[in-house]
Amino acid sequence: MTDILYKVAKTVREAASLMAAAKGKGRILAGGTDLLVQMKAGMVAPGTIIDVKKIPEMVSITETKGSYRIGAATPAAVIGEHKKLKKAWPGVVEAINLIGSTQVQGRASAGGNLCNASPAADSVPALVAAGAIVTIQGPKTRRTVPVEKFTSGPGKTTLKAGEIVVSLTLPARPKASGDAYLRLIPRTEMDIAVVGVGVSLTMKGDTCVSARVGLGAVAPTVLLVEAAAKALTGSKLDATALDAAANACSAACRPIDDKRGTIRYRTKIAGVLLRRATAIAADRARGISKQGH
Amino acid sequence: MSNPPTNNPKYKWIGTRPDRPDGADKVTGRARFAADFNLAGQLIGKVLRSPHAHARIKSIDTSKAEALAGVKAVVTSRDFPEQPDVIVPAGEMQVNLRDVTRNIMAREKVLYEGHAVAAVAATNEAIAKQALALIKVNYEVLPHVIDVAAAMKPNAPLLHEHLMTEGAKPAAARPSNIAKRIEFAKGDTAAGFAKADVVIERDYTTQAVHQGYIEPHATLASASEDGQVQIWSTTQGHFQVRGFCARLLNMETSQIRVTPSEIGGGFGGKTVVYLEPLAVRLSQKSGKPVKMTMSRDDVFRASGPAPGADVHVKIGAMKDGRIVAAECTVAMQAGAFPGSPVGPACMCSYACYDIDNVFIVGYDVVSNRPKVAAYRAPGAPISSFAVESTIDLLAQQLKMDPIDLRLKNAAAKGTKTAYGVTFGTIGMVETLEAAKNSPHYKTPVKPGFARGVAAGFWFNVGADSSAAAHVGEDGTVTVISGNPDIGGSRASLALMAAEELGIDYDKIRPVIADTASIGFNFVTGGSRVTFATGLAVVNSVRDLIRDLKGRAAKTWGVDPEGVIWENGMAKPAGSNVGTFEPLTIAQLAATAGKTGGPINGHAQLNVTGAGPGFGVHICDLAVDADTGIVTVGRYTAAQDVGTAIHPSYVEGQLQGGAVQGIGWALNEEYIYNAQGRLANPGFLDYRIPVASDLPMIETVLVEVPNPTHPYGVRGVGEVPIIPPLAAVANAVARSTGIRMYDLPLSPPKLSAALDAARPLMAAE
Repeated sequence: MTDILYKVAKTVREAASLMAAAKGKGRILAGGTDLLVQMKAGMVAPGTIIDVKKIPEMVSITETKGSYRIGAATPAAVIGEHKKLKKAWPGVVEAINLIGSTQVQGRASAGGNLCNASPAADSVPALVAAGAIVTIQGPKTRRTVPVEKFTSGPGKTTLKAGEIVVSLTLPARPKASGDAYLRLIPRTEMDIAVVGVGVSLTMKGDTCVSARVGLGAVAPTVLLVEAAAKALTGSKLDATALDAAANACSAACRPIDDKRGTIRYRTKIAGVLLRRATAIAADRARGISKQGH
Repeated sequence: MSNPPTNNPKYKWIGTRPDRPDGADKVTGRARFAADFNLAGQLIGKVLRSPHAHARIKSIDTSKAEALAGVKAVVTSRDFPEQPDVIVPAGEMQVNLRDVTRNIMAREKVLYEGHAVAAVAATNEAIAKQALALIKVNYEVLPHVIDVAAAMKPNAPLLHEHLMTEGAKPAAARPSNIAKRIEFAKGDTAAGFAKADVVIERDYTTQAVHQGYIEPHATLASASEDGQVQIWSTTQGHFQVRGFCARLLNMETSQIRVTPSEIGGGFGGKTVVYLEPLAVRLSQKSGKPVKMTMSRDDVFRASGPAPGADVHVKIGAMKDGRIVAAECTVAMQAGAFPGSPVGPACMCSYACYDIDNVFIVGYDVVSNRPKVAAYRAPGAPISSFAVESTIDLLAQQLKMDPIDLRLKNAAAKGTKTAYGVTFGTIGMVETLEAAKNSPHYKTPVKPGFARGVAAGFWFNVGADSSAAAHVGEDGTVTVISGNPDIGGSRASLALMAAEELGIDYDKIRPVIADTASIGFNFVTGGSRVTFATGLAVVNSVRDLIRDLKGRAAKTWGVDPEGVIWENGMAKPAGSNVGTFEPLTIAQLAATAGKTGGPINGHAQLNVTGAGPGFGVHICDLAVDADTGIVTVGRYTAAQDVGTAIHPSYVEGQLQGGAVQGIGWALNEEYIYNAQGRLANPGFLDYRIPVASDLPMIETVLVEVPNPTHPYGVRGVGEVPIIPPLAAVANAVARSTGIRMYDLPLSPPKLSAALDAARPLMAAE
């Protein structure tokens, strides 16, 4: 039998040192909703499991001048109950609250969802649209990276040996901003996105003055679709702009045909969801509250 | 305990809704399912499964696995004797023993991915897994075939080199994958079509679906030195587990004692054996108890799904809606071995209707898939989907209300079916009328939604049941039967016993005995338990009452004929008998020692006269034209249920069946890759509906009592899975104007069909 070393880290530095010492056989345990399932399925066999739930910085949410820092291991349910964060970034919070079931929400974290590096991760397109920055601790230094540059392929991150994700930072919002995340699943819950679209907008009157679009489950990594954002920016979100943005999303797709959806279907749905998510984000930016789901 | 008022004015207990006897244990987690059974010193058994869809086994080398520390036994097909070519019943289906032994452990060839090739028992799971990796199987990979149409082609890869089509016309000249051709004919369809005003002919396909029981197969077996074997297992028929194990292991049935666990769903899929014979053999070889459990992956890859099929339907009708000719051809997946439910699929196809000219052909086709097992009304949902879709097309073409069209053709007492049976008292007309008068059908369809209707028929069965009733020394009663309780049958049996005995429901404890503690019982399946085992319970209680009356007669010194049983008491039949105070069951129990000893009743019988059931379902749904996602807004299941003994559990059967049928219609399917491997062996990508997907299923219980049963019971569990497939497809057709002929109606497929029907991608 394989022996597994279980370590509880008290500080971010300690966690990073343990990770480095595990020499590639270390795995971070936050909620464990991916790790334990993968271990049971025989997909991973870690030498050391490093529990980070006792590190305050990693399980807390703080606000500084309108910018929010979400500890990477903060349970999704805690994030969902943070009223101010939810008001500022309803799309991001909704996306995080779509990870797993109600029971899983008590454990699952945004940091874990990101590090699992699934192209279909629900929280990531919303975080990409939000312009979230990932804070990474190595054995010696800290660094930051935009969330869309964090993963490099299915199940692959750009973390170097001994590095761990500490937190996600959402920038301060200008007034009249709104975001939304929509995913398509064949059921109503307990499913994996066939396509996921996050949209974040800032409006000035009827004009969209800035936009970001994140697109999931249609390529090896979650995409930042700059062409779609460009089509929306400067427009009144009229039919022409929406058509152009939807087409840009469809054009950005590099999906696969698999049991969850065809290339044709995913490509089409990317455009459909862009339109719908944009409408919700715009309503929110205008102060019209709307539920995405 | 306080009960809600009785539903049925004829009875005190029947028609009430008391808590189920197993309810408290189930909601507190105390109930023991198969994987909860453990014995000291037990080993863990694991199965090595084929990675190939089709391959010849050239050799198996288990020596390294056997040498691994902690491994106590290894078995392959060499450990199981060859079996004769004989057909035996397996629940509602038939299996060949020669095939069963090959299905539990591959012999010459592996015939599907997941087919068992070897099994090990070790001191823990990790060692067992390690041992599996040390078994070297030398395969010669063969070309495989997955789909029915491809498997029926003359040049298709052959699964069984000597399989000749039984019933072929003319006789088969060479082997093929078509195991059997069956035919049912009534009247002259050519003449019927010739006079028809309208003829509609269509082709349909459905995909293999799994029963989706939440509890995976699990077993614990313990063989002792004197040759006795005990088995604990999750099964719909522990007598069948005993019978199969005895045959497959060359043992006597009396040497094997099987205890069923509480069962976490079966739906027909737990009427066959997979792990039990392996666990027994491993236990015999190791001298230790052996526990085996399937993973969900194993359940999907290696336990019986329900088949998919290709169905051709042709219906001819007059302008007034009268159907004058009907044909149906069903080519059905059997999985790796012959024996699909194509027979019932054919028989049920037109059984809802009184049609003069009918011709039905069925083909049983093997392919490189796991051997199919029964699933609620085996086969019927598939043929019914095709027939009921075509009838909906007819209603649209004739501009008739779909219920009126069905009423015009409904089977009734005296209708002769295409398979030869003439119906007695049935409730098809009553069920259609109840659906038509239901609150749902009378409510206009909401904007954005469309409505579909479909009907379904199932025979229901009787068969062998044994039961006993024992009076305790305080006058309370234990009712003993031998059918695992899947749908609340213990509650229903206790209600019937309470009604007969005239004592309170909570003075009766229904238990399910192991194979050594009650006489033989056929499986829990075919919707037979409340009907047939219910009759055995009623008869055992009547036997008990005879005994009780005899005790009263002895006490009073009168003839037994002078005693009647009323409201739980023995009373003199009349004043001529004498004046005696009534004796309660408790009083008779207290003096039993003086009147002849223990007071027991028993009954055993082969029950015939099962009353067929009919269902009519109404589905309102909306289709998201951009995504192809279907939202069911309202759903009603009407069914002729005989007498509803415990209405909540009858409603539960209707609701559960409807939900499974809706899942079959919308998202469930076995998806194979190019190598013939299952791509979705888990509940993430094999999508059964989740609670939030569906509205509460409304039910309409149409009580047309079955005249052959003392309380009018009909089976209710199978019918409700039949109509949903077409009810959903018909609603989708009426919503979108596009008729879908291939299940499931998954979002990518429906979206593609919608887009193909519109030259431009729909923007708004």
